[in-house]
Amino acid sequence: MSDIIVLAEQQNGKLANASRNAITAAKALAALTGGGFDIAVAGHGIGDVAGALGGYGAATVYTVDDAALAHYTAQAYAQAFSAAVEASGATFVVAAATSIGKDCTPRVAARLDAGMASDVIKIEKEGGTVLYSREIYSGNLIGRMKINTDIQVLTVRGTEFAMAEASGGASATQAVSASIEGVRMTYVGLDAVESDRPALTEASVVVSGGRGLKEPENFQKVLEPLADHFNAAIGATRAVVDAGWVPNDWQVGQTGKVVAPNLYIAMGISGAIQHLAGMKGSKTIVAINKDPEAPIFSVADYGLVADLFEAVPELTSKLKAR
Amino acid sequence: MKILVTAKRVIDPYSKPSLTSDGRIDDDDLDFKMNPFCEIAVEEALRIAEGADDDVEVVAVAIGSDEATKEVRTALAMGAHRGILVEMDEEELDSDLVAKMLQKIVADEAPDLVIMGKQAVDGDSNQVAQLLAEYLGWPQATFAYKVALEGDTLTVQREVDGGVETVTMSLPAVVTTDLRLNEPRYASLPGIMKAKRKPLATLDPEDDLEIDLDLKVELVDLAKPAERQAGVKVPDVDTLIDKLANEAKAI
Ligand SMILES: Cc1cc2nc3c(=O)[nH]c(=O)nc-3n(C[C@H](O)[C@H](O)[C@H](O)COP(=O)(O)OP(=O)(O)OC[C@H]3O[C@@H](n4cnc5c(N)ncnc54)[C@H](O)[C@@H]3O)c2cc1C
Ligand SMILES: Nc1ncnc2c1ncn2[C@@H]1O[C@H](COP(=O)(O)O)[C@@H](O)[C@H]1O
Repeated sequence: MSDIIVLAEQQNGKLANASRNAITAAKALAALTGGGFDIAVAGHGIGDVAGALGGYGAATVYTVDDAALAHYTAQAYAQAFSAAVEASGATFVVAAATSIGKDCTPRVAARLDAGMASDVIKIEKEGGTVLYSREIYSGNLIGRMKINTDIQVLTVRGTEFAMAEASGGASATQAVSASIEGVRMTYVGLDAVESDRPALTEASVVVSGGRGLKEPENFQKVLEPLADHFNAAIGATRAVVDAGWVPNDWQVGQTGKVVAPNLYIAMGISGAIQHLAGMKGSKTIVAINKDPEAPIFSVADYGLVADLFEAVPELTSKLKAR
Repeated sequence: MKILVTAKRVIDPYSKPSLTSDGRIDDDDLDFKMNPFCEIAVEEALRIAEGADDDVEVVAVAIGSDEATKEVRTALAMGAHRGILVEMDEEELDSDLVAKMLQKIVADEAPDLVIMGKQAVDGDSNQVAQLLAEYLGWPQATFAYKVALEGDTLTVQREVDGGVETVTMSLPAVVTTDLRLNEPRYASLPGIMKAKRKPLATLDPEDDLEIDLDLKVELVDLAKPAERQAGVKVPDVDTLIDKLANEAKAI
């Protein structure tokens, strides 16, 4: 038994990379509490992923394998995960702030009568109390929270905790049964955004476009050649997602995805506070905008005041020629 | 049919709260409004009501100070039929307490559907609807992109990592709104006039809802994030490439 448990996420038997960020957060927490950590995984036919999870240094990997978990639903998975937490006796529960983590983890907290902190960016301990930092007011302020319940639940922001690498060894495994009941929801299907590019939250380079691109076709004509050069993921502002130019899944920001790549290139993006909240943790930021007063320049390491329709093709061809 | 919607009062997303010298939020010059995701929730409830053959009552709820009456009235002005304010100092709330209060209201009102925002853009917790759904034992569809009701089956398309997921649920259920669900209407002048006469009940959390006000999660302190070092403007593409290669070592 460890005092910390990670709720790992798998889809079609494959571990979500964000769960490896959560493992790192659990290790950071373990360093503060002096304990170890366990991992829970739920699904149907999850032997392989449970085996793979055994290589990350957890004392025990708890598995909840049930036909009712063949597809993710919040109601069923909350029951599975809370059963695993109870079996482990853990007092800290850590999950990734992915769409599944955000959807399911509060329900787990409710079942455990636990307080929860969402999208945590830093974990500290002061005078025996664990404090969780979170961004609030579009990232204008950072609030430190404490949780008063016996069990403390958190989701963590992937950009703030590195992706754990398997370190070898094998954890003990323990099957937990959850007798899932009362589920009144059914998974129908996923209309997936097909892409050969790296995932937005994992790419080392992100090239993002905003309304300055003028027309949806310019994502392909102007932005994509630059993104191709870097094998970059593509991001976008809310404005162009709302306009239907690009998939919803590409929105970077306070209410979209938070990214922190090595290099973030923003073109035709004004830099509204809600956008900055999703990318200002990037290592190097480049902004290309024709308005010298655009707020994006306040976070850009390198700002180029230019018409993107001239500057971006020039940048792409000169990079290719190097 | 009855639909419950929430209308949280938040600091206007475009205003920039700063800290007082004793580390509290300086709300002197701040504007407040209804949480944008709640506006989308109210709009969706009204559209369902307008598209239904039977009568649908839309009840708007806010939990907050007396000032939050404004947000409930805004929901009424948009077209909701009735309002409820649970009067409570916002600083003494956490997500769990809000969910517990809503649970009591749901027990009392027995709605078929609860539509809420996916997050409140002040605290960005993204928790209350999920907590409520679990306390009620109801299904939930968060991050809704499209909602269709047929009989008592709700089909929801959800914005998830990697695409759009479809789920079906039987009522009663909880839905949270994402940005693309709809474009909320503005309250019309006649709407605003009518809203003044619509019923709005004010409840006390302890006397009326019998809620224990202990907090599960508390804010300990607030700080400004580390500012990014202001960078430089480069004159041309060649300089940009040179800086990226030799200074930032990013390419
Ligand atoms: C509740 C809420 C949540 C939100 N969440 C998000 C979020 O998560 N992510 C997000 O991005 N936004 C979000 N927003 C929206 C945000 O406030 C801004 O409206 C949005 O980010 C603006 O998008 P934009 O920069 O593409 O467009 P604009 O603000 O219109 O900027 C376009 C820019 O392009 C420049 N430009 C135009 N032509 C050219 C050219 N030829 N060459 C170079 N530059 C050019 C212009 O100078 C301008 O700066 C949210 C808003 C609200 C209210
Ligand atoms: N005080 C409140 N009054 C009414 N609704 C609320 C309140 N707090 C949260 N909500 C609702 O719950 C959703 C999620 O809030 P949160 O979990 O705080 O991000 C919001 O979008 C609102 O719809």
